[in-house]
Amino acid sequence: MAGRVGVRALIVLAYVIIFAPMVTVAIISFFDQEIVSVPPEALTLKWYVNAWAQRDFARGFVTSLQIASIATLIGVPLGTLAALGLARSSFRGKEAVNTFLLAPLAVPAIVAGSALYLYYVMAENVLDMDIKGTLGGLIAANVLLTIPWTVRLVSASLAGLDRSAEEAAANLGARPFTVFRRITLPMMRPGIVAAALFSFVASFENLELNLLLVGPGRVTLPVAMLSYLEFRMDPTLAAVATVQIALIAAMMLITDRFVKLSRVV
Amino acid sequence: MGTLTLDGLVKRYGPSTAVERVDLEVRQGELVSLLGPSGCGKTTTLRMVAGFIEPTAGRILIGGRDVTRAPAYARDTGMVFQSYALFPHMSVAENVGFGLEMRKVGRAERESRVMEALRLVRLDHLAARLPRELSGGQQQRVALARALVVNPAVFLLDEPLSNLDAKLRAEVRLEIRQLQQRLGLTTLFVTHDQDEALAMSDRLVVLAAGKVQQVGSAEDLYERPANAFVAGFVGRCNVLAGALEGPGRFRLEAGAVLPCGPDETGVPSHAARLVALRPERIAIAAGERGEGLPARITAVTYLGAETEYHADLGGTTLLVIRPTPPHGDPLRRLAVEDRVTLQWDPAAARLIAGEAS
Repeated sequence: MAGRVGVRALIVLAYVIIFAPMVTVAIISFFDQEIVSVPPEALTLKWYVNAWAQRDFARGFVTSLQIASIATLIGVPLGTLAALGLARSSFRGKEAVNTFLLAPLAVPAIVAGSALYLYYVMAENVLDMDIKGTLGGLIAANVLLTIPWTVRLVSASLAGLDRSAEEAAANLGARPFTVFRRITLPMMRPGIVAAALFSFVASFENLELNLLLVGPGRVTLPVAMLSYLEFRMDPTLAAVATVQIALIAAMMLITDRFVKLSRVV
Repeated sequence: MGTLTLDGLVKRYGPSTAVERVDLEVRQGELVSLLGPSGCGKTTTLRMVAGFIEPTAGRILIGGRDVTRAPAYARDTGMVFQSYALFPHMSVAENVGFGLEMRKVGRAERESRVMEALRLVRLDHLAARLPRELSGGQQQRVALARALVVNPAVFLLDEPLSNLDAKLRAEVRLEIRQLQQRLGLTTLFVTHDQDEALAMSDRLVVLAAGKVQQVGSAEDLYERPANAFVAGFVGRCNVLAGALEGPGRFRLEAGAVLPCGPDETGVPSHAARLVALRPERIAIAAGERGEGLPARITAVTYLGAETEYHADLGGTTLLVIRPTPPHGDPLRRLAVEDRVTLQWDPAAARLIAGEAS
């Protein structure tokens, strides 16, 4: 009995630790004074208005949206194919390939960002073209973020997939490509949808990797928020963060209606 | 519709042999079981017929056509899987219609054939459901309908009942057999459950370690087992080692001499022989009589309709199974250490070739 109460308390504590910062940020975004103090002098929506007025935030939002969407569209199919290859074939060094594909999650993003920065500079010298600060360069870097998420989530959904369903389809006269299209792919769908969602979020909210790669006039939202923070400390950032949290939460809820995320993640 | 012929079928995985020269002819409309313990090669054989495993050697013919190298999708077999293998994202009707769709059957005809197949398994009222909304027994029947609807030349059943609970199993078993007979389906049925195999099959193939031990009807296998493995695997059996002393006289290793049937083993007279004696063929009488063999009871197990006795016959233990005697019968009070007399028709003690394992 005492053990059950202990477990409950632990679960509640975990939720409090997870939600406390988000709730705090949301509350602060309505405080009237510039330097945060409790209790607030008054409540206001002016920081939302101010955030809307900052052209950097609006542009950053669009840029982030663009980069995250395109990186997801490129990275999820690639990662899915990689996961299929890893799950369905056996070859020497398979484990090494798997670890390699998951590596972007393990390497600190700031290290990966610095490495990419140096690599881009070298590549620019060799190829005599702009890479850093371009949309292409940013998308390529963000694809790197989407691949480990995709490989992990799609691999997990493949591991739980009943292969006899594919055999049954073949037995009923379906050729290999038809089996893949009609049976395997739909059965993988929850994993792929989850992978797309997590890839998008990972890319959209990434700061460290993109920090060194953005260029003038092309700044992602997190980077725009960081540069705002260098000059101002008012709750505008809290307002932007609250909007971001709300957007991502909405995406999760909508996705969950189509695919039960708890089944895949 | 058609026949299925396996001709010297072999499957090796590196140095180990999963299936060793299986020859078998399943006739039109016949249900043949592959029966054996796990790892005997029965599922490997079935999967070779379906085209999921490529044989190392030998040929597979369906309706006379050699399909040994044909891909699974071109074989015209209908398989029911142990796990049912339904398509989780398709409705019951879509599951059943999949094979027809692959055969390019038009929508109208497809729909009517799907409903007909679902009526056959009494699931037409659940056509719009998803598989996960059905019970295990219902899912199994969807899998049956899905395999039947395409009129396969050969119907393949891979332990289709093992995921069902005992009561349902008996029900579905009867249902499958009736469907198979009504539709005249040529069927290969894999199971490790001897009761299931005996109840459903026209003929059985007993497999062990990849080799065919015996092919025959349920009666053949039970009454005339070819070897000690079949005797022990199909039903329960006393398999006793010893030597033939003279016609109808078998001396056990421990010394007792049993009456036995004629020697039909066909092996040289000096070769090893065993006696296979079914426990229910042994008559038991209380006390020591003039005829029969004196023995001593070492265990009595009451099982309701039947009672099992262990009887020590000069150092060899025999299993005896009798209908439980009525109250008042002296046998009813039989207890450990009591003296009894055992007797049987000599022909029931069947000589088989082989050595004690």
